[in-house]
Amino acid sequence: MSEQHRPSDLHLGRIAYRRRQTVRSVLLAALSTAVVGGALVIGVTGAPGWDRVKGSFFDLDIARKAFPQVIEGLWLNIRLLVVCTIAALALGLLVAVARTLRGPVFFPLRALATGYTYTFRGLPLIIVLYVFTLGVPGLRLQGMPSVLVLGGATLVIVYGAYLAEVIRAGIESVHPSQLAAARSLGLTYRQTMRHVVLPQAVRRVTPALLNDAVALQKDVGLVSLAGPIDAVRAAQIDSAYYTNFTPYIVAGVLFVLLALPLIGVTDWVTLRAARRQSAGA
Amino acid sequence: MLLSCENVRKTFGSTVVLDNLSLQVDEHEVVALIGASGSGKSTLLRCINLLTEIDDGTIRLDDEDITDPKANPDQVRRRIGMVFQSYNLFPHMSVLRNITLAPDKVHGRGAVEIRQQAMQWLERVGLADKADSYPDRLSGGQQQRVAIVRALVNSPRLLLLDEVTSALDPELVGEVLTMIRGLKDDGMTMVLATHEMGFARQVADRVVFLDGGRVLEAGPPSQVLGDPVEPRTRQFLSRIIEAGRL
Ligand SMILES: Nc1ncnc2c1ncn2[C@@H]1O[C@H](COP(=O)(O)OP(=O)(O)O)[C@@H](O)[C@H]1O
Ligand SMILES: [Mg+2]
Repeated sequence: MSEQHRPSDLHLGRIAYRRRQTVRSVLLAALSTAVVGGALVIGVTGAPGWDRVKGSFFDLDIARKAFPQVIEGLWLNIRLLVVCTIAALALGLLVAVARTLRGPVFFPLRALATGYTYTFRGLPLIIVLYVFTLGVPGLRLQGMPSVLVLGGATLVIVYGAYLAEVIRAGIESVHPSQLAAARSLGLTYRQTMRHVVLPQAVRRVTPALLNDAVALQKDVGLVSLAGPIDAVRAAQIDSAYYTNFTPYIVAGVLFVLLALPLIGVTDWVTLRAARRQSAGA
Repeated sequence: MLLSCENVRKTFGSTVVLDNLSLQVDEHEVVALIGASGSGKSTLLRCINLLTEIDDGTIRLDDEDITDPKANPDQVRRRIGMVFQSYNLFPHMSVLRNITLAPDKVHGRGAVEIRQQAMQWLERVGLADKADSYPDRLSGGQQQRVAIVRALVNSPRLLLLDEVTSALDPELVGEVLTMIRGLKDDGMTMVLATHEMGFARQVADRVVFLDGGRVLEAGPPSQVLGDPVEPRTRQFLSRIIEAGRL
């Protein structure tokens, strides 16, 4: 039993062959990447207008000067992103559960939830944003929140509708027999949702939820259309001031850096889910 | 009398699945439901557990009308355990958590006591080393035994078992049947739908043959399985014998 298995010569030959094949393909890939990359660099820097483009997009001095304002704007993006993601997730969860409720008692709630998701999934974000940040303050009601809060609310309401649909798909993917098992143990509908259905549903749709979070990260900047200055708006102001596009590049690089961890987590979760699926089957 | 179904009727659309069905079960009695596929065995069990609403008739548990609209179905289900053909363990919870969830959330018992009881049960059925495993790491027979334990830790008055061995590989059927035999020795009242006629003969006090949504024949196993009165019962049993399951 415990005796070490020694691979046969036949199998050792197979291993050696596979290793040679791997080395060959890695070398080939590296070579082709170098050729394409080199051609690209030579093509771009050798272009007749390169010096002008370099001056107006990649000016290090201007980048240094614009950096503080852009970072300040980015801080707004980050705060909005965190708050809105959490709020939209909570809203989406509530709406998704409301749509699963059965029975005539819940008809109004169900209708409201359904109407909400239909409306806000179809409506362009910009239009909702203008209605909320320009129309609503026009009512001149007492205690009107700031434009920033109204803009954040817009994001939460629109993304809440997307997330609700994703979560509902997850809820529906949980087999009815799980519900029957939970109810047969005496769990109430609420306890069944909380402990049995939602944990499985959310786990299944986590990759899709994270994708929406990445999309939201880019959309939070839209609140600047209503006034608050985010990273892209700060870059716009700086580029006008310096008559140079470099601040946009600074903002772009920062956005990518901000997105990297989230995208990384998304990929990891997706991979893990796929692996679990194939192992479970 | 522990359970009493009186003139129970259940339809799905225009199909009458249970047709004025009546069935009484005494405390400590084990009743085996047999009948062709589609004869309404699962539906009857689901009606008793209020997972499906009946269209007419009355079901009483300990003389209380549980089909009364004023009865709280969650309260009723707490007194009835149910085990399904496909186990239906919660895949995102460990074996131990599957078992302790209901005692914890529904019955509000202390964590230490629940855990102790769950571990005692797992030891009794030889699965103590699987307490922290997830269901997908267990064989079908092991999963089904966990599902039975999960129903038992709530100390139900009545245990409903719906073809609990039908999804199992033949060599795993024995371990589950042995466990059910042990429950009978404990005095557990059970209603079990089954295709295992040999097992029904061994463990049941009474065998009930369902046909067309009614109880066509009922009696001691030796009579219903050995010397049935009704031609349809005979027909059903001969088909089972042909399939090599008696
Ligand atoms: N949810 C349902 N909707 C419609 N028909 C159903 C439903 N559940 C069961 N049935 C029908 O009821 C009949 C009895 O089914 P079932 O109780 O599962 O029988 P058994 O368990 O004896 O095989 C079958 O004809 C089945 O198609
Ligand atoms: Mg059935």
